[in-house]
Amino acid sequence: MPDTPGKNAIEVRGVRKVFGTGEAQVAALDTVSVSIRENEFFTLLGPSGCGKTTLLRLIAGFDFPSEGEIMLYGEDIAPLPPFKRPVNTVFQSYALFPHMTVAENIGFGLEMLGKPRAEIDARVAEMLKLVRMEKLAKRRTSQISGGQQQRVALARALAPQPKVLLLDEPLSALDYKLRKEMQIELKRLQHETGITFIFVTHDQEEALTMSDRIAVMSSGKILQVGSPRDIYDRPAERFVADFIGETNFLDARIDGIDGSKAKVTLKSGATISATLPDGFKPDGEATVVIRPEHAKAVKGDGDISGVVENVVYFGTDTHVHIRLDDGETFTVRQQNARGAGTSFERGERVGIVIGDDAAQILKD
Amino acid sequence: MAKRFSIRQQTGFTTIAAACFVLLYVPIAVLVAYAFNESTSVSEWGGFSLRWFAAAWNNDQVIDASLRSLKIASSAAVIATVAATMAALATTRTRAYRGLTFKYAFINQPLMVPEIVTGVALLIFFAQIKVATGYSGLGYLIAAHTAFCIPFAYLPIRARLENMDLTLERAAADLYATPWKAFRRVTLPLLWPGIIAGLMLAFVISLDDVVITEFVKSGGQDTLPTYMLGQIRRGITPEVNAISTVFLLLSVVIVTLFFFLSRKRD
Repeated sequence: MPDTPGKNAIEVRGVRKVFGTGEAQVAALDTVSVSIRENEFFTLLGPSGCGKTTLLRLIAGFDFPSEGEIMLYGEDIAPLPPFKRPVNTVFQSYALFPHMTVAENIGFGLEMLGKPRAEIDARVAEMLKLVRMEKLAKRRTSQISGGQQQRVALARALAPQPKVLLLDEPLSALDYKLRKEMQIELKRLQHETGITFIFVTHDQEEALTMSDRIAVMSSGKILQVGSPRDIYDRPAERFVADFIGETNFLDARIDGIDGSKAKVTLKSGATISATLPDGFKPDGEATVVIRPEHAKAVKGDGDISGVVENVVYFGTDTHVHIRLDDGETFTVRQQNARGAGTSFERGERVGIVIGDDAAQILKD
Repeated sequence: MAKRFSIRQQTGFTTIAAACFVLLYVPIAVLVAYAFNESTSVSEWGGFSLRWFAAAWNNDQVIDASLRSLKIASSAAVIATVAATMAALATTRTRAYRGLTFKYAFINQPLMVPEIVTGVALLIFFAQIKVATGYSGLGYLIAAHTAFCIPFAYLPIRARLENMDLTLERAAADLYATPWKAFRRVTLPLLWPGIIAGLMLAFVISLDDVVITEFVKSGGQDTLPTYMLGQIRRGITPEVNAISTVFLLLSVVIVTLFFFLSRKRD
């Protein structure tokens, strides 16, 4: 499902959102275009202020784009008010109605749509079952826990069967354990309802574990869209590589290009093979990124070499921080298998072996 | 152990606080006590009696003025609360803009302008309307009371609105509620305690107004406070104490309700 291009649920076309006027003008979204496929779990990932929430608000209808179109199954919804869009939102603060019971909250959308009572009741019962809240239907929203409020907020947004569900950092208020539970719960709900989810988060781990595809945003722009694996293993830009996980950056010279691969020479003189990003314009120089777990520290010679500066033990793995001969730093992450581990001392000279297919060239 | 600084333990604070309470409540206590006096004096105790309550009850002028007071206070409070609710919505459900502060000041103007000024202004203004239209009913008093009641109704309603989570209205809109339905089903139910509080405050403020009423009223339009003021000019009997006591009881009940309602938070 995830990587087969199907029908598009949402198409954002050249959307700009500008706040303020004249000199004080700020572009919260700078000409963003992205397609979100039907039934996918799509995540907008980026640091605060990157424009991800603004984009979500434009899709929900709480704000309107300065320029551009937002197509929902081929129809431009950008000028419609929120109550005319078949799109529902799960708010960061949940925004449950405090004067209504759990069941009344869940039924609110259907009631506003003018559905008959019997249909509302049946649907509410179904939703309560879906989020496992049957026993608390008559409770006030102030009488249930944070995790339960989260479920009610989900049920309320799903009850009218929206074409797209928008989730604005819905897990950020929960503690670690509950957040993990809800991540699994969200995936289950998305699978069972078959509704397209657009999920906003600044948590890269959450994005990697839950999404079918991720759009990484920064400063009002979408930098890269792809599956979690694409984004992690094949970051196209420095920001993406840096924001998601830990990365080593190395300067290199491009010696030759063969399809999607290039031969590059590192400063140390070692020549390795690296993957080119889409739309790369070669100009001789390039930055290569290598994930710490895709390289190995060895006693003796490697592709590059340096001196061990620090060794940090993490239980499942160990991080070895190395000062390269050219002055740059490089981190290697090694699995701590029993008996098989090589241990390094601070100040020891080591070689670094870069795995095949480990190096990725950045666009910028 | 070193004595820690505490704002509550400054020398003389207790004395000043006690003095304030004495000044505030002792005269009221004396007034209430003498309402039950058997004799015609408001300063010499002649035994317990309810005769002055009976006298007030049987005094047509008192009943007439009371009913007029209630009529004016309830009309003015209701109209002022509706206007205040609209004003509160208009001034809180908007982005801050130049001139908003001026609007706050404008709405709360009756709190700042001396009552006597408003009284005189209304007297002159209404006199011209009276000449032009020939109408001389209670409308003038109701209009005047409405005007000075608005800020009292406005403040608790606005406070309530400002504490309300804006996302709730957004959530309602997201769930297909039109602006009117979102207001009816979400904003208004959550705003009720503020509206009721504003209504009761406006009612009490209207009920005991003297200055503006004195200026605006036509002949035979005494409210309870202006009637009492007229009586006192002629000499005091414990009947005034009895009326005051009933008045006090009514106000205490309403203000207590106000506190309960405005403190009720979800």
